[in-house]
Amino acid sequence: MAEPTKDELTEGGTPTVIVDDLHIVYKVYGAASDAEKGNAANALLRVLRRQGRPQMKEVHAVKGVTFVAHHGDAIGIIGRNGSGKSTLLRAIAGLLPPHKGAVYTNGQPSLLGVNAALMKELTGERNIVLGCYAMGMTPSEVRAKYDEIVDFSGIGEFVQFPMSTYSSGMGARLRFAISSAKTHDVLLIDEALATGDREFKRKSQQRIKQMRESAGTVFLVAHNLDVIEETCNRVIWLHKGKIKMQGDPQEVLDAYNKA
Amino acid sequence: MSQPESALADAQAGGRAPETLAALAERYGLRRAIARPSMPAYLRQLWDRRHFILTYATSRSVSKYSDSALGQLWQVLTPLLNAAVYFLMFGIILDQRKNIEYYPAFLITGVMVFTFTQRTVTGGAKSISSNLSLIRALHFPRASLPLAYTIQELQQLAWSMGVLVVFVLATVQKITWLWLLIPVSLLMQLVFNVGMSLFLARIGAFVRDMNQLLPFILRAWLYASGVFYSITERTADQPEILRWVLEFNPAAAYIEFMRDLLIYERFPERWAWVTCLFWAVFALIAGFWYFWRAEERYGRG
Repeated sequence: MAEPTKDELTEGGTPTVIVDDLHIVYKVYGAASDAEKGNAANALLRVLRRQGRPQMKEVHAVKGVTFVAHHGDAIGIIGRNGSGKSTLLRAIAGLLPPHKGAVYTNGQPSLLGVNAALMKELTGERNIVLGCYAMGMTPSEVRAKYDEIVDFSGIGEFVQFPMSTYSSGMGARLRFAISSAKTHDVLLIDEALATGDREFKRKSQQRIKQMRESAGTVFLVAHNLDVIEETCNRVIWLHKGKIKMQGDPQEVLDAYNKA
Repeated sequence: MSQPESALADAQAGGRAPETLAALAERYGLRRAIARPSMPAYLRQLWDRRHFILTYATSRSVSKYSDSALGQLWQVLTPLLNAAVYFLMFGIILDQRKNIEYYPAFLITGVMVFTFTQRTVTGGAKSISSNLSLIRALHFPRASLPLAYTIQELQQLAWSMGVLVVFVLATVQKITWLWLLIPVSLLMQLVFNVGMSLFLARIGAFVRDMNQLLPFILRAWLYASGVFYSITERTADQPEILRWVLEFNPAAAYIEFMRDLLIYERFPERWAWVTCLFWAVFALIAGFWYFWRAEERYGRG
């Protein structure tokens, strides 16, 4: 859809992520309306009539997105709920296969989303180790990073308690601390900074800056526009799966706020 | 810059033919994000993730019992209660024991060995479908999950074997050099289980009704595997072919193998060795290959 301009193709040196006319379609189960779902008799009728499961719906979440990201870019992705932001990140991370088009990347982009590997019944300590291994770290890397993770999260002696006893802020801090412990070439952050107090927000923005300088490219999805404005040098506005606008953060955010 | 404007800018810039994005990607050596690694690369990735697999398995065991009052004690209680129920049912109420020497040990060996395969297969079938959020969030060779579930069951098996050995010592009161072969038997069964759980992990990931159906399939398998009765004795006046079919059943083979070693002081026959080895190797290769073929499609639904 949106062909990048010559400017975007050449500025900033080496491209790290190229998204070329990307379409993502995925299936959702259990999305039936109240009338369709429900009892066994209905289900049997459906089988007899050889109808498919009505609960299965196809969602065309990303409809032809094209852009190029370069070394040192921090790209904010904004848009309303359901505009395809998270889906786009997952596709860049290579976790959702494209329906059409392609994503080209340098190395392995990683989603800052270690959350899914953690178990709330376990102590913070065990979860740090588990989370680090889940991201593919080696035992020596885990030992080297352990103290730093505990310090950064600021949870103190709570590291000995199960994560189910943590406040939501503490949980979010620990998750961010774990997932940002690894260095990534291309880092994708999905709403990680939504929780946490002022002090933690400052620290995590600092860390994103560091990662951006050392690593390469950072993608950030957030509803909190301040975060985007402070950290990103480029903003992509997604609307219903398409790019509505992209470019300088100030311009795009102004237009977004007016819409 | 909004879309219409950028299109306009493109049109104005005209003249020089624009380089396609695919060519640009090629020039900078960027690759497509989705691709299935070759088999050797996949095995290497899996080996690199061994710490994750082990930690994940241990963490699951720890968290599994964390909200019950007796906690980890259930690791021992589960096999004990299991054995007690089967013994009550088949040993006392149905009174099967007439013709079989050491029937309690016979029965409980069968139950423990079968349970190992049953639990691994059940876990494997759920390993992908119940971890979709993990699969959609992180990159790792997906076979890590069925493997972790298998290792979790292996930890459970250690307790079951402890219970079993104590029970056999108490009832049969014999210990022989053949017991040294017990790890060999368990190893062959473990390899078989790994293959089966990989195979079922893929089926469970794409055939969503599998998890509902599996308990019935496994129960039918249990009844066909000679856990409660002796296959040789039951098929004595039946056609020979029926006995062969029943004895070729992998679960029956591993159970018989273990009983020979543990209770009857018999070195397993060559036929038993061949069956046990064949199933281990066949299941591992076929299961792994089948699982790997769909590697890039897990978590898509």
